[in-house]
Amino acid sequence: MDDPANRSRTPGLFALPRGISDPRLDAARILAPGPFARATRRVLGNSSFLIAGTIFGLIVLMALLAPILAPHDPYIQNLNNRLVPPAWYDAGSRMHAFGTDGMGRDYLARVIYGAQVSLMIGVSSALISGIIGSLLGVTAGYFGGRVDMVISFIITTRLSLPVILVALAVVAFVGASLTLVIVVLGLLLWDRYAVVMRSATMQARSMDYVAAASAIGASTPRLVFSEIMPNIVNNLIIVATFEVANAILLEAALSFLGLGVQPPTPSWGLMISEGRNYLLFDPWVIVIPGLALSILVLSVNMLGDGLRDISAPENRN
Amino acid sequence: MLKFTLQRFFVALLVAITVSLVAFSLLRLTGDLATSLAGADATAEDIAAVRKSYGLDKPLLIQYYNWLAGALSGDFGKSYYFPATVWELIGNAMPITLTLAGLGLLFSLVIGIPLGVVAALRPGSWIDRVAMALAVIGQAIPNFWFGLMMIVLFGLILAWFPISGNQTWLHFVMPSFVLGYSSAPAVMRLTRSGMLEVLSADYIRTAYAKGLSPYRVLFKHALRNAVIPVVALASVQFGNMLTGSIVTETVFSMNGLGYLAWMSISRQDFPVVQAILLLGAMFYVWLTFASDLINAWLDPRIRVG
Repeated sequence: MDDPANRSRTPGLFALPRGISDPRLDAARILAPGPFARATRRVLGNSSFLIAGTIFGLIVLMALLAPILAPHDPYIQNLNNRLVPPAWYDAGSRMHAFGTDGMGRDYLARVIYGAQVSLMIGVSSALISGIIGSLLGVTAGYFGGRVDMVISFIITTRLSLPVILVALAVVAFVGASLTLVIVVLGLLLWDRYAVVMRSATMQARSMDYVAAASAIGASTPRLVFSEIMPNIVNNLIIVATFEVANAILLEAALSFLGLGVQPPTPSWGLMISEGRNYLLFDPWVIVIPGLALSILVLSVNMLGDGLRDISAPENRN
Repeated sequence: MLKFTLQRFFVALLVAITVSLVAFSLLRLTGDLATSLAGADATAEDIAAVRKSYGLDKPLLIQYYNWLAGALSGDFGKSYYFPATVWELIGNAMPITLTLAGLGLLFSLVIGIPLGVVAALRPGSWIDRVAMALAVIGQAIPNFWFGLMMIVLFGLILAWFPISGNQTWLHFVMPSFVLGYSSAPAVMRLTRSGMLEVLSADYIRTAYAKGLSPYRVLFKHALRNAVIPVVALASVQFGNMLTGSIVTETVFSMNGLGYLAWMSISRQDFPVVQAILLLGAMFYVWLTFASDLINAWLDPRIRVG
């Protein structure tokens, strides 16, 4: 008679008033949280993701607020004030927390503005390559057969072209600029997107819900955009974070070799290249931008790792 | 196995031809070579003369055909900058880069495989976490900067190694370590995940159950299977190192292919750039082909599937 499952629904003296939840329902909710709550808990439980996210967020903020945060103009030279060491050195000055470079420009200001260059290049070229790579990958994975063969062939061809060499040559012959670096990297770095999206699409395409949607007469665009895409978009985001890091490192290498961002733009790679002449007596000139670069790339990579763990905890290894 | 080999060979050949076409047209289409060769204050006649003497007035397809036919017989033409053939320049630089990349690969395997095995034996332990942290940090550090840091520490402060040049084997220690460390994380991760997968397989339990020593199980049964994907990765990494050598050789001023490529790009020495680009791509294509075959030989399932 006294079935506990029916108790709260039975009208009577012990029925709970509307609006007040049954404590047993709360317990059930904790035992079986919804997908959003599960995701939130995974985010909060993944400490390296949180740390990386915070660091990355701070760097983005630094780049956005550069005009406010930078203590000096990053372009103004002062040849009487060259290579002042950072504030923590005895000879340092409080005016220049990170010292000044070989042309007397404030180093902290250049580091802050350098974040803009790195982020801009990383994000824009990852966006370009993401569009190219996903288009190719999804097309190959969805249609399979000959289409897949042709696209796989294109991917293999692209993979056999050495990225740095091609980028260097094109930039050198066309003329170095920020835009060109973005475009060239965007046109070169789509391979991983294509490979990952191709296999993810293949996998999703063989699922029952796609067959079901196809059976009720859904069109190809509908199948791709509302059935397959939502289920594989997490792969896209994960690859994108790694490609952002990759593009940032490549820009730094190109700028270091003198064929990336051109002076006087404050790029971290360029700052390391300019600092090479002072390696012996003022190693901090290259230590500071190198650390900035490593921290940014580290935080982006850790974000990617974290996203992968959160979206698919079962294949963490 | 023969069918598999032929199939792969055909694909590799097709890729090789396409890549050669891309490498050729990429550099031809990005600018007018004759104008930049003739110099800043050349007249229209000068440019026309340059164009004719370098054979740049012919249709692109014929230029490509001539270039490819030459390349196949080992003749990449003459350098625009040095009084030497492209092949002589490359021949002098190649041994240095191959040594560097070979040593770099050795470093990355020697660091990556043991770390991966140890990490997989005790997943979640401190040693696993340290190895993973090292991998994540290793992948974030730009290798040209790492090279400069090594120059400061081991070259200038401690003065253990020479900081530039390629005269003795000591000159190769730092650059090959710099090249190797950047691919060690990938080797380590792949070894670790391969070992984790293999160690949970039934045949490993069987091997333990029939009383084999843990050493034998680990090395004869587990590692051999876990290392299969590492072989493919290693060949790709070797190809990467050949191009990664551009940055490393520039940092350490070694006269290898990478340095030659960089210098040739900055002095518009076009035939050299094109030859190195083609060579790099060919290395990749045929290394991948070789690793496919090695994999098929190690794991018969690949041949069928």
